[in-house]
Amino acid sequence: MHLIAHYMSEHWKKITGGISLKALASLCELMIPYILEHIIDEVVPQKDIKMVILWGFGMILAAFIVRTLNVNANYNAVAVGRDCIKKLRYDLFKKTVYLSGSTFDSFGLPSITSRMTSDSYNVQNFIVSVQAMGIRSPVMLLGGIIVTMIMDPALSAILCIMVPILGVIIFTVSRKGIPLYTKVQKNVDNIVRIMRENISGIRVVKALSKEEYEKDRFGAANREMTASDIKAGIVMSMPGPIMQLFLNIGLTFVVIVGARRVNNGVIEPGVILAFLTYFNMILQGVMGLNRIFMMMSKATASADRIEEVLKAEDDQPVLDLPDSVCPDPNAHIVFNHVNFGYNALPKENRTVSSESFAGEAQEQCLTDITFSINHGESLGIIGATGSGKTTILNLLMRFYDCNDGEVFINGKDVRTYDKKELRGKFGIALQNDTIFNDTIGNNISFGRDLSNEQIAHAAEIARLADYVEKLKDGYDHMADIKGANMSGGQKQRTYIARAVADNPEILILDDSSSALDYKTDAALRKSLQTEFKDTTLVMVAQRISSIMNLTNILVLDDGKMIGYGDHEHLLATCPVYKDIYESQMGDIA
Amino acid sequence: MPPASQRNTKKERPKDAKGTMKHIWKYIIRYRAYVIIIAILCISSNILSLIGPSLAGKAIQEAAAGKGQVNFANVFYYAKLMLIFYITASALTLLINILMMNVGRRIARQLRTDVFNKMMKLKVSYFDTNAAGDIISRVSYDIDVLSTSISTDLVSIMTNVITVFGSLFMMIYISPLLALTVLVTIPLSVVYIRFMGRKTRPLHAKRSAAYGKLNGFVEEMFSGQKTIQSYAQEDPVTEKFETINTEASDAFHWANHYGMTMGPTLGSINNLGLALIGMFGSVLYLKDLVNLAQISSFVLYSRKFSGPINEIANIVNEIYSALAASERVFYMLDAEEEPADAENALELTDIEGNVAIKDVNFGYVPEKLILHDFTLDAPAGKLVAIVGPTGAGKTTVINLLMRFYDVNSGEITVDGHEIRTLTRKSLRHSFSMVLQDTWLINGTIFENIAYGKEGATRDEVVAAAKAARIHHFIMQLPEGYDTVISEDGGNISKGQKQMLTIARAMLYDSKMLILDEATSNVDTDTERQIQSAMRQLMADKTCFVIAHRLSTIQNADKIIVVNDGRIIEQGTHSQLMGMKGFYHKLYASQFE
Repeated sequence: MHLIAHYMSEHWKKITGGISLKALASLCELMIPYILEHIIDEVVPQKDIKMVILWGFGMILAAFIVRTLNVNANYNAVAVGRDCIKKLRYDLFKKTVYLSGSTFDSFGLPSITSRMTSDSYNVQNFIVSVQAMGIRSPVMLLGGIIVTMIMDPALSAILCIMVPILGVIIFTVSRKGIPLYTKVQKNVDNIVRIMRENISGIRVVKALSKEEYEKDRFGAANREMTASDIKAGIVMSMPGPIMQLFLNIGLTFVVIVGARRVNNGVIEPGVILAFLTYFNMILQGVMGLNRIFMMMSKATASADRIEEVLKAEDDQPVLDLPDSVCPDPNAHIVFNHVNFGYNALPKENRTVSSESFAGEAQEQCLTDITFSINHGESLGIIGATGSGKTTILNLLMRFYDCNDGEVFINGKDVRTYDKKELRGKFGIALQNDTIFNDTIGNNISFGRDLSNEQIAHAAEIARLADYVEKLKDGYDHMADIKGANMSGGQKQRTYIARAVADNPEILILDDSSSALDYKTDAALRKSLQTEFKDTTLVMVAQRISSIMNLTNILVLDDGKMIGYGDHEHLLATCPVYKDIYESQMGDIA
Repeated sequence: MPPASQRNTKKERPKDAKGTMKHIWKYIIRYRAYVIIIAILCISSNILSLIGPSLAGKAIQEAAAGKGQVNFANVFYYAKLMLIFYITASALTLLINILMMNVGRRIARQLRTDVFNKMMKLKVSYFDTNAAGDIISRVSYDIDVLSTSISTDLVSIMTNVITVFGSLFMMIYISPLLALTVLVTIPLSVVYIRFMGRKTRPLHAKRSAAYGKLNGFVEEMFSGQKTIQSYAQEDPVTEKFETINTEASDAFHWANHYGMTMGPTLGSINNLGLALIGMFGSVLYLKDLVNLAQISSFVLYSRKFSGPINEIANIVNEIYSALAASERVFYMLDAEEEPADAENALELTDIEGNVAIKDVNFGYVPEKLILHDFTLDAPAGKLVAIVGPTGAGKTTVINLLMRFYDVNSGEITVDGHEIRTLTRKSLRHSFSMVLQDTWLINGTIFENIAYGKEGATRDEVVAAAKAARIHHFIMQLPEGYDTVISEDGGNISKGQKQMLTIARAMLYDSKMLILDEATSNVDTDTERQIQSAMRQLMADKTCFVIAHRLSTIQNADKIIVVNDGRIIEQGTHSQLMGMKGFYHKLYASQFE
C-alpha cells in the first residue's frame, strides 16, 4: 500500500484536480432532480410553457455539464493510472536488470516476470478505480451521517454504532485478503513457470512422449491456482452482503426506536420518512467503500510483491577498500588466494524461495586460486566438468563476490570498480548466452555505437560473415526468438562476434567453440592472435588444442589449481594435463 | 522471413464479436446447471428487492402515525418481516456471488487447461515464432480478464435487465404517452453503445496485444539478463523497455479513456430523459392528458433506470475488453496443430531399429531447401555419425527423424514403415534424444533423471547417473538426489546439466538413440568415460551422433559428412581418412 501511495503522491495535483471535478459533478447532479421538482411544483401551475421549456433546457445544460465534468475527471484518473504504472514498471525493470545473479535467482524468472506484468495490472486497476469511485462513497457516507445527525441525533446514533462494526469487518477482511491474494499470485507464478518450461522444452516433451505427464503437472498447478483464487474470491465476497445486512438491521432498529420517539412526540413523523432516503445514501456509500477496500487488498498483495523486488538490497555495492594492495600492481588480471562457494553469499533480507537451488549448495567451488596475467597475455582454463572454470569468470566479471582473497584488474580490486566501468572492459561469449529477437547486426552491436564496418569486421573474425553474406537481407536478417532459426554453430559465432566487436580490453570466451568445427575453431584462434595483440584473452575450453598455445594455462580440479604455466611447463609438471593432452591429440602426441 | 512479432500481428486480425461470443458461450454452457440456479436466484432476489423497500416504507408509515398514535403491534410486525427479508436477501446475494465466482474461475481453469493441452498439440515451429511471454500473457492476463468479466457481468446483466424491463413496464402502465420519451433515450443509448463498441473494441484488442508484447519483451530480456550485464547494457535495454512500456501504458490509456466516457454519457442521456419528462409531462399536464401524481410516480420509476444504466456502461466496457482478451485466447486455440496421425496409422512395435532416409528434400520454408536428395541407411544396432560445418543441416535430419517437421519429398522409414504412416507417439517413443540445449524441469534431480521413464526406481536412477558420471556430483549436494534444480536458477554448470540429460536418456530405454552435440560442454575425459558406459548401452541400438569433436565419433560404423545439405562423403573413420577429402581436412585442422 505504501508503494501505491508513493507512486500516486507524485501526481497529487492531478489527483486533487480530478477529485474536485468529481465533487463538483456530484453537486451539479443533485441539482437536476431539484430543477425537475421545481418545474412540476412551481412552474407548471403557472401554465407558462416558455418557462417550462426554459427550465427544461436548464436541466439539459446541467446534464451536459455533469457529463463533461465526470468525463474529464475520468480521463484524468486514467491518465494518472497510466503515468503511475509506467513509472512503476520502469523502476521495476531497471531494478531487475541490475539485480545480482544470486538475488535474481532467489526470485526466479517466472516470478519476476509476473510481478512485472500481472501484478502491475492489478495495481493499475486499483489506481484508476480508487480515483473514479474513491470520492463519491465517503462523501455519500459522511453526508448521509451528517444530515441524519442534524435531523435526529438519537436515531442517527443507531446507524452510527453500526459504522465502527462495519469498519472492523472491512478492515479485517481486507487484511485477510492480502495473504490470500499473495497466494493466488504465487500460484500464477507456478502456472507461468510450467508454461515456460514446456515452451522451451517442447521438443524434449514430445520426444519423450511426456505430453500427458505435463498436462497432469499443469493440471495440478491449475487446480491449485483455481482453488486459491476461489478461496480468495469467497472471502472477498463476504463483507458486501454481511454489511448490507448489518445496516438493514440498523434500519429496523431505527424504525422501532423512531416509532417510540414519534409516539412520545420527540420527533416529527416526517423525520422518520426522510430517514429512509438518507439511509440509502449511507448504504451506497458503505458498499462503495467496501468495494474499494476489497480491490485494495488484491492490489496490496501485488504491490507488496513488486516492492519486494524494488527493495531487494544490492548485495554487491561498490566498495571502498583503501587498504587493498595488489601483489602485482602492473599485471592486468590478478587472482590472490581466492576462495569461493555459491552458498556463502549473504542471505539476510532476501526471500529465498524454497524451489531455488541458489544459495543452498554447500560445497566450496574454488579454493586458493592465485595467478596473474599481464596485458596482452592470454589465459586458458581447462579442467573437468564442474571443476569451477566458469566460476572463475563469474568472479572476474563480478557476477559474484569471492568469500576470501581478492580479484584485481589493473591493480584495482574489482569490488571497487563502478560496475559499468568494470564490465566495459570485457567482451564475453557466455556458455548460456542469448540471441535476441532482433537483426543479426543488432545482435552483434548490442546497443553499443558500432559502425557497419566494425560489425562486419567482427563477423569476419568470428567466421560468421560467410553465413550472413548468403542471407538475402544480410545483417538486417531477423533472428527468431532465442535464435530458433539459426544453428548452434551460427549462434555461437554470433556470440563471439558480439564479444570481439568493440575491441575489448579483456576478451572472455567460455567454452564458446564447442559447436564449431575444428577448422573454424583454428581459423578463429588464428585471427584472435593476429588481430587482438593488445587484448588480454581468457578462454575456457574442453579442447586442449584451443588453449595449448596460450601464454598461461590453468588446470583446475575440483576447484583447486593443480597446474599453472605454459604448455611445455605443464607437460613436464602436471600429469593431469599431460593425460588430457595425450588422450586428445592421440597419434600426433 | 519477417520477424516473429510481425508474423503474429499479420495472422491475428480482429474476429467478429458474434463468433467470439459463441465461443465463450460454449464454455458458459458447460456450467448450465449453475447458470440456471443463478438465474432463478437472481429473479428471486430481484423480487425481494421490490418488496423490501415497500416493507420498510410500510413500517415507517406506521411509525410516522404521529404522537401517541403509533400502533406498535403493526410496527413490530413489519420490523419482523423486514428482518426476515433482509436476512434472506443478504443470503441470496452471497450465494449468487459465490456461485458466479465459481463459474467464472472454473471457466478460467478450463480455458487454461485447453490452452495448455493445445500447446502440447501445436507444431514445434509455433514456439520458435511466438514469444514465450506472449503465449504466457494469454493465460495470465487474457483469461483472467475474461473470467472476471463472466463472474461479475453475467449476474449484473440478469439483475439489470430485470430492473430495466420492470421499470419500463411500470412507466408504460402509468402513462403510455409520457413513456414516449423513452423513444428518444433508449435508441440514443443503443446507438451510442454500439458506436463506442466499434470505437473501443479495437482499442481493447490493442491493449491485450500490447500486454502480450510487454510480457514477451520482459521475458526475453530477463532470460538474457546476464548477457545484458556483461555488456553493461542495463540502461540501453531499459530505454528500449520504456518504448514498449509506453506502448502498453498508452494502449491501456486509450482503451480506458474511451471506456470511461461511457458511464457519464449514459448517465447524462438518462438525465436528458428526465428533462424531457419534465417538459413533455408539463405540456401533457397543461393539455390535461396526465395529472401531477402520474408525473411524479413516473419520475420515480425513470430514476430507477439510472442505477442499471450506469451498471450497463461498466458491463459493456468489461465485455468489450473481455471479448478482445478472449479473441487472443481463441486464436491460440485455433492455431495450426501438428497434422493428425494418418487414419490407419500403425503403432510401431517390436522395433528392430532399421532406419532409412531416401531422397529427402526439405526446407523450413518451401523456397529455401536445407536438405537436398538426402539418402542415408542406418541398419539396426549401428552407430551413424553425422559431421559437417555449422548450418549444414545436421540438426535438421534429427528434426525430420522425430517428425518435428515432415519432409517435402522423399521418405524416411523405420523397419520398412514410412514414418508418416506410424503414430507419432510410437515413433517418438522408439527414440531417445539428447540435445545440446539442455532442458530441466523445476524439480528434484531424481525427478529430472526419471522423467522419461514412469515408475523408475531409485536404483535405476542411480545406475543411470553413475553411467553418465554425474552420481559423484549429486552425492556432494546437501540433499543428494532430492536436491531441487531448475533450468534458469542455480549454479549447476552446463556440462553437469548435459550429464543429467544423458542420464535421463540412458534410463529411457528405446531402440534408437540420438545424440546431438550431447557432450559438447563436458570435458573430454568425462566424455570418454560416458562413452564407454554408453557403448554397453548402445550395443544393440541404432545410434545417430552429431559431434564436432571428431574423437567422439571415431568408432562409428558409418560417418556421414554433410555440407550445404548434401552428403559429400561417407564411410568409416579410416576409409574417410584414406580419401584425403573434406573429412580428412576437418580432422587435421584440430591439430593446427
